[in-house]
Amino acid sequence: MNIIIRDLRFTYPTGLEALRGISLTIAPGEQVAIVGQNGAGKTTLVKHLNGLLQPTQGSVHIGDWDTRQHPVSKLAVRVGYVFQNPDEQLFSQNVGMEVAFGPKNLGYPAEKVDALVKDALALTELSEKTETNPYDLSSTWRKMVALASIISMDTDIVILDEPTTGQDAVNVRRIAHVIAALRERGKTVITITHDIDFCAENFERVIAMSQGQILLDGPANEVLGQEEILATTYVDPPQLTRLGLRLGLKETVRNQEEFLTAIRK
Amino acid sequence: MAIVTLQNVTYKYPLTEAPVLQNVNLQVNEGEFVAVIGPNGAGKSTLCYTLAGFVPHFFKGELTGIVEVAGVETHQSSLNEWVLNVGLAFQNPFNQISGAKYTVFEEIAFGLENIGVPRGEMKPRVEKALALTGISDLADRSPYSLSGGQQQRVALTSILVMEPKVLVLDEPTSQMDPIGTREVFGVIRTMAERGMTVVLAEHKVEWIAAFADRVVALKDGQVLLDGKPGEVLTSPLLEEAGFGISRYTSTARKAKEMGLWKKDQLPVTLEEAVEGFRS
Repeated sequence: MNIIIRDLRFTYPTGLEALRGISLTIAPGEQVAIVGQNGAGKTTLVKHLNGLLQPTQGSVHIGDWDTRQHPVSKLAVRVGYVFQNPDEQLFSQNVGMEVAFGPKNLGYPAEKVDALVKDALALTELSEKTETNPYDLSSTWRKMVALASIISMDTDIVILDEPTTGQDAVNVRRIAHVIAALRERGKTVITITHDIDFCAENFERVIAMSQGQILLDGPANEVLGQEEILATTYVDPPQLTRLGLRLGLKETVRNQEEFLTAIRK
Repeated sequence: MAIVTLQNVTYKYPLTEAPVLQNVNLQVNEGEFVAVIGPNGAGKSTLCYTLAGFVPHFFKGELTGIVEVAGVETHQSSLNEWVLNVGLAFQNPFNQISGAKYTVFEEIAFGLENIGVPRGEMKPRVEKALALTGISDLADRSPYSLSGGQQQRVALTSILVMEPKVLVLDEPTSQMDPIGTREVFGVIRTMAERGMTVVLAEHKVEWIAAFADRVVALKDGQVLLDGKPGEVLTSPLLEEAGFGISRYTSTARKAKEMGLWKKDQLPVTLEEAVEGFRS
């Protein structure tokens, strides 16, 4: 299902204008990363996709639904949202109950709930931890529980707010694996991230935001090579892209394979 | 001269079976900037808590060995005395922001109020600290209306303003944008050059290499490596043990196998990579 955002503006009750005219279409199954400086409006934008925030002006459509005409509880059938901080999201006694909470609330029959929970736990490598209280797990695994509890809702659209924050290399790879699996299932994945190397290695489309507006939007290689424009929103290109630029490589490279191929020429 | 000394330190939280720190030995000299790296669960945060006195004074549990900071031994001190020498910025700013203050300016002043700094001295100190970390424009905002990265700058500033002898930082830039991260590393470097001792737990290897004097690699509560950034961060031991390494290092290692990297030393920073691939 398409996401269509038309001239979206949003002003917080404090008077802070956080979004200043955003227009955007995201097709089904796209993997999109949103980057940009702190306070650029990234989280404010994605909170409009599941109705947590309502446009001050303009509109947001999830498929044929206008978010102003559907409550958050209904939008949850279509859009799953994994919070930046798992502790804002977890409350159940054990991992299994936590992951079952979402699909149960969507009213799915018990068998379907069981199947969805099992699948989400397997994908996030939590199958052994079903009986554990989420708060007895390390922050690394609590992040995976938060992820699993959204995956189990089987929504067409999954939003991840800073999935790799504070995660080590092993868990970043685990998260990349989950995103790849969602891609294969045809899910739309929208990720906010400051981890630009992670962004380069896992996303095909990149949107750079600055001061409530879209600065750049396009294929990852096009966007990530724009060093000067990205700097205006406090983003550096990925490490290997910067190296390629400094070495004067003709094409923009964004991962090891592309870099090594380019310098062999 | 060593301002921080850990001698055979082993620590176990009250309800856990295995020790989180095992026989850790570490000395940090005055004005040194030491980065601590390690996979999640290696003991980085616990090491930070130990330096900041939260272990054992707040978390209790069993601490053996010697922890000495600025000439005071942790068992012979209270947390109230300890905080005058050591400041800790938490990994998650939500856990640090007091919740008792309406504005960022007041939040930054909170620590100074608690140690009885006179009002006339407090204001210029807060203003100076806000300018140092680049958040003067946030002074009148509520700490809770800020983005994650902005809150982290507030958390850092509220410790810097206390002017501790030893600054302990637990992933202080985890929610910051990339250039913001680089700026904050620059601020931390400046503090070290002014004589403040810095211990920083961090995953961002590229900036550690560019700014820190020394790197300690922790694995399963033990010190695996301790040395200059260029040596520790390019050690083949790291990748095997699940540490994150810089893309410059991993790519040059691969390039070396293919005969495209000629030097013996692998790069950690952009400059080193540019120089190596040009030659």
